[in-house]
Amino acid sequence: MAMLELENVHAYYGYIHALQGISMTVEKGEIVALIGANGAGKTTTLRTISGLLKPRQGRVLLDGEDLAKYKAHEIVYKGVAMVPEGRGIFAKLTVAENLDMGAYSRNDKKGIAEDLERVFTLFPRLKERRNQVAGTLSGGEQQMLATARALMARPRLLLMDEPSMGLAPVLVEAVFDTIQEINKKGTTILLVEQNALMALQIADRGYVLQTGEIVLSDTAEGLRQNPMVQKAYLGIE
Amino acid sequence: MKIDLERISWVDIFLWLFRIAAFVLIVVGIYNTLAAGKYTSEQWVTLIFSGLAQGSIYALIALGYTLVYGILLMINFAHGDIYMAGAFTAVFLAEYFAENGFLAAHPFIALTLLALLAGGVSMALAVLVERIAYRPLRNAPRLVPLITAIGASFSIEYTFRGLYGPGFHAYPPVPALSGSVHIGRFEVPTVQIVVLIAAVVLMAGLYFLVERTKIGKAMRAVSENQDVARLMGIDIDWVIVFTFAVGGLLAGVAGVFNGLFRPQGVYFFMGFIPGIKAFTAAVLGGIGNVPGAMVGGILLGIIEALGPNLFLEGLGIPAANQLKDAIAFTVLVLILIFRPQGIFGERLAEKKA
Repeated sequence: MAMLELENVHAYYGYIHALQGISMTVEKGEIVALIGANGAGKTTTLRTISGLLKPRQGRVLLDGEDLAKYKAHEIVYKGVAMVPEGRGIFAKLTVAENLDMGAYSRNDKKGIAEDLERVFTLFPRLKERRNQVAGTLSGGEQQMLATARALMARPRLLLMDEPSMGLAPVLVEAVFDTIQEINKKGTTILLVEQNALMALQIADRGYVLQTGEIVLSDTAEGLRQNPMVQKAYLGIE
Repeated sequence: MKIDLERISWVDIFLWLFRIAAFVLIVVGIYNTLAAGKYTSEQWVTLIFSGLAQGSIYALIALGYTLVYGILLMINFAHGDIYMAGAFTAVFLAEYFAENGFLAAHPFIALTLLALLAGGVSMALAVLVERIAYRPLRNAPRLVPLITAIGASFSIEYTFRGLYGPGFHAYPPVPALSGSVHIGRFEVPTVQIVVLIAAVVLMAGLYFLVERTKIGKAMRAVSENQDVARLMGIDIDWVIVFTFAVGGLLAGVAGVFNGLFRPQGVYFFMGFIPGIKAFTAAVLGGIGNVPGAMVGGILLGIIEALGPNLFLEGLGIPAANQLKDAIAFTVLVLILIFRPQGIFGERLAEKKA
């Protein structure tokens, strides 16, 4: 059984039919990349999985269980965390408070303390700035914080929305290295990216989304070799 | 700094003249009053302490406005009536305690019970108002919950009028609070000191709650970004209910404090003026800002207490003490014109609103 499965999911923003029958799976331990142009429905897909948006038709299954009956905050307790689009850090809270919020769904003080050490090892910069108000961090540091905050929930499935957005190339490399590291430690990752080249380098499999529909799905390697993907998303003629 | 003359509009000029005129009037008024030497320093200190006590009540009510605004960007205009409901309910218990002598024998326990009852009633009512009047309209245009707020306000007022009539119910005098305390060479009524200390303790507690506890951090997270807060596993509805409950609790306790040093007592419409004044205090401090509501409330209390004697009288205005309310609302108008973000608030443009 797949960890996450979307079955013919349709979702709307008002009258806009944003997802037009998406079906996809994410297996335990994988990194799956979801690539596509602006407005293709990548963020909408993640919002639908996390429960911020409810599908009007179709099902989202986590370990075979339909998530329709759960509210967004309850889905976090099921082991799904998200690094939202544009990072969505709490700018007026300190770095440490942001991380506390990441662990909001948990009560095991000892485990939280361990995970705090773990994310501080992963992102030493955050440790230095733990008492600083998060709004004063640089873009790269905010991305680290958003990722660290999601990890504090100790998720089984991590949804990442454009983790490379607005970052300098050298930082993008670092972010993708971190994603691989997180994955190696056992977290399954669904990654939404415009930077298809980077995403397909670290992913196991990928889906290509176009105007609310999945037009291609293959192994990451297969997608990298696909002429249509090369032309449209990798900039290779 | 180079000033671009063409960009100065008549409105700017008018507003500057207005500022200068207001400043001159206040300075001249204060100078005249002090030069006349009509009041002794003891009298000024008396006024300051009554302003502090009244201001701390405004601050407690203002916190309810500011907490709710911080999270929902909405003014809960029924808050003044939530304050009334607690004060009104507790008056019956106070009368009962006065009759059987409990109030005289154990004033501290009696007052604590009164505060708990008033706080509990106001808390329950605040939660009820949120559930009925605001939650179904969470995604409606912002004018809509404002209108239901006014509806809720009238419902509460006329329910109490219907139940207990339009008359006043006076809080019985508390013997333990009737004396006065000597601070240096000044004499201050005990009740004012007690109210001030109790209010400061409550505010410190609230500050701790908001800054240090898990639910307080969740409140701040929700006020910044509701969707992301959901992604942390925070139940938004619960945080909003909690916020209304805390605001209601503080207002109810403030209602008992008010009853203690206002001999005229409580009646169904008593929440209206303090409600708007506390709103003024919240705006003065910067709405949505917790320390702002505290400082704004106390500042408004002091301005109101000193204003009539300090500068209105100096300007030769007769019966200046009748103009207390006018001063408070003039303050509201002036802040909205000159500093809409209040003392501690950020500019509204920076907020997602």
